[in-house]
Amino acid sequence: MFSRAYKAAVTIPPLAWVTLFLLVPYLLMFCYSFWAVASGNVVHQWNLGNYQDLLTKDVYRQTLLRSLWIAARVTAFALLLGYPLAYFLSFYAGARKDLFYQLVIIPLWVSYLVRAYAWKTILGTDGVLNTLLQFFHITQHPVDSLLYSPFAVVLTLTHIYTPFVVLPIYAAMEHIPRNLVEASHDLGASPIQTFWQVIFPLSAPGMIAGATFAFVLSLGDFLAPQLLGGPSGIMISNIVVSLFGAAYNWPLGAAISFCILVLVVSLLALAERLEKKWSYS
Amino acid sequence: MTSLLSIRNIAKSFGKTRVLRDISLEVAEGEFLTILGESGSGKTTLLRVIAGFEQATSGELWMGGERLDALPPYKRPVNTVFQHYALFPHLTIGDNVGYGLRIGGVSKGETTTRVNAALAMVKMTAHAEKKPSKISGGQQQRVALARALVNRPKLLLLDEPLSALDANLRRQMQIELKALQREVGIAFVFITHDQEEAMVMSDRIALLKGGRLEQIATPREIYSRPATSYVAQFIGHTNLLRGSVANGIARCGSLTWPVQAADGPTAFSVRPENVRLAVGAGNAAVQFEGRVQHQAFHGATEMVRVECADGLVFLIRMTGAGGAKVGDSLRLEFSPQEAVAVRDAEAA
Repeated sequence: MFSRAYKAAVTIPPLAWVTLFLLVPYLLMFCYSFWAVASGNVVHQWNLGNYQDLLTKDVYRQTLLRSLWIAARVTAFALLLGYPLAYFLSFYAGARKDLFYQLVIIPLWVSYLVRAYAWKTILGTDGVLNTLLQFFHITQHPVDSLLYSPFAVVLTLTHIYTPFVVLPIYAAMEHIPRNLVEASHDLGASPIQTFWQVIFPLSAPGMIAGATFAFVLSLGDFLAPQLLGGPSGIMISNIVVSLFGAAYNWPLGAAISFCILVLVVSLLALAERLEKKWSYS
Repeated sequence: MTSLLSIRNIAKSFGKTRVLRDISLEVAEGEFLTILGESGSGKTTLLRVIAGFEQATSGELWMGGERLDALPPYKRPVNTVFQHYALFPHLTIGDNVGYGLRIGGVSKGETTTRVNAALAMVKMTAHAEKKPSKISGGQQQRVALARALVNRPKLLLLDEPLSALDANLRRQMQIELKALQREVGIAFVFITHDQEEAMVMSDRIALLKGGRLEQIATPREIYSRPATSYVAQFIGHTNLLRGSVANGIARCGSLTWPVQAADGPTAFSVRPENVRLAVGAGNAAVQFEGRVQHQAFHGATEMVRVECADGLVFLIRMTGAGGAKVGDSLRLEFSPQEAVAVRDAEAA
């Protein structure tokens, strides 16, 4: 059907792109993770020391666990906020569906930095929230644990990644044939029973997709913890950034990056399997 | 004939569009009632009003001394077979059939027994563990039927359940469905746009047009005594003669015959099989001559179109060896009592 030249023309550029900009860098990173640093220089000396450091030194282990815990909370909150929103949008928004849909999308066009700084303004010691709390005499002194804490990071990341959760759930719900809901009512199921028996299981693939987005994106985030996390809100990506930067320990940075990569790829594979298992078409 | 469901003056509007206008009819216990109509006649809306998916703008539904239209769909003793079956894709065939029983709090043991019986009834026992996407359209149709009937509804609503099947399977399912209805004894309200299907299956047919009930009658009666010109033309073929009545004499073109009808413009329906080759002259039949314009062979019968000198065109169903050829001149007749006076929007 198509000539060999045509096939080559359409397949070689993307393959070259992937090789040059993904596979080669990853391979380099993989090699770096087995090298070492001696007197401020990277030496090509094959060893497992970086991985040993990662597993034994508390600072790396704890930061990794904290990052996972922050990502898990962000995912949970984004689901709790996003699922009802998607459900309302798909089933009850009626004629205003498009308007509400745009309102969910619009924040995605606003720069990440702007939204992170907005939370800084809200949560700071002289911020909007503290001013209000004092104005209404709920507290006498500003609450300074709001900003520069894991709480601030979770809040900001939840705000930023909730649309990523809403959209796939909304898409999954839009694909639920409405006559299934009618059939369920017809067979005697109340709206609540219908929700749990029909809508919830059929929206599960969307939930998994949304949860995966939220978890993976927050796990790798480094701006929110840097701007709002303070010392107690540092995440694993901040450590990677500093290892590749000021600390100049590329091999250890590469080892950590590689571990996160493996973690994320296996998560994605698991999510894909679950989505396949729970989708029916 | 005890009335099961009483539909009283039901009207439904979507915005300014009036979809149902003042529909009143009774569904009897155990009857097979077909609601027949073209698309846009309001037949599906009427079904959705009975099921509770739509709320009527005005009018009432009564079942056994209880007002049905005040209840939400999940509290009505009515089940529906949907046009595209609406089987739950995440549940097995068995769980689909058992859905209503599980929701209704029927015990596990009884649910299993009844589900198995329902699957056996529609010959789907072997597929109980499969998901709906793994079975054919005809099989899905049977499962949808079992899923509705297993709840022992007082009334089963069927929304064009056979329209997605191919012609052969469709004819087979018409017979099976009718047999099943007799067996379970549950009243069926069956929606279709196919008049042949309605004739084959129904105890009574309610014909809708533009949201209004044109006629409700048995298939035989609706065919032989159509109430309106629309009914006469929609059910089978007919020759619609628009003329007038004066002093007990009907006149249409050059044809006249005695009738018992009020004076004024009147339309008459004469079925093609009631027009035959004239035998002798001087009997009571209405006789006329015409030239064969077109002839179509239908197997047992053939349809011949004949044009008379005064421009009247007749469709004639002839049985046996068709001697008529295009161009032939034929002498034809019909009996006055076979010309059925029908209400006609154009004649009035």
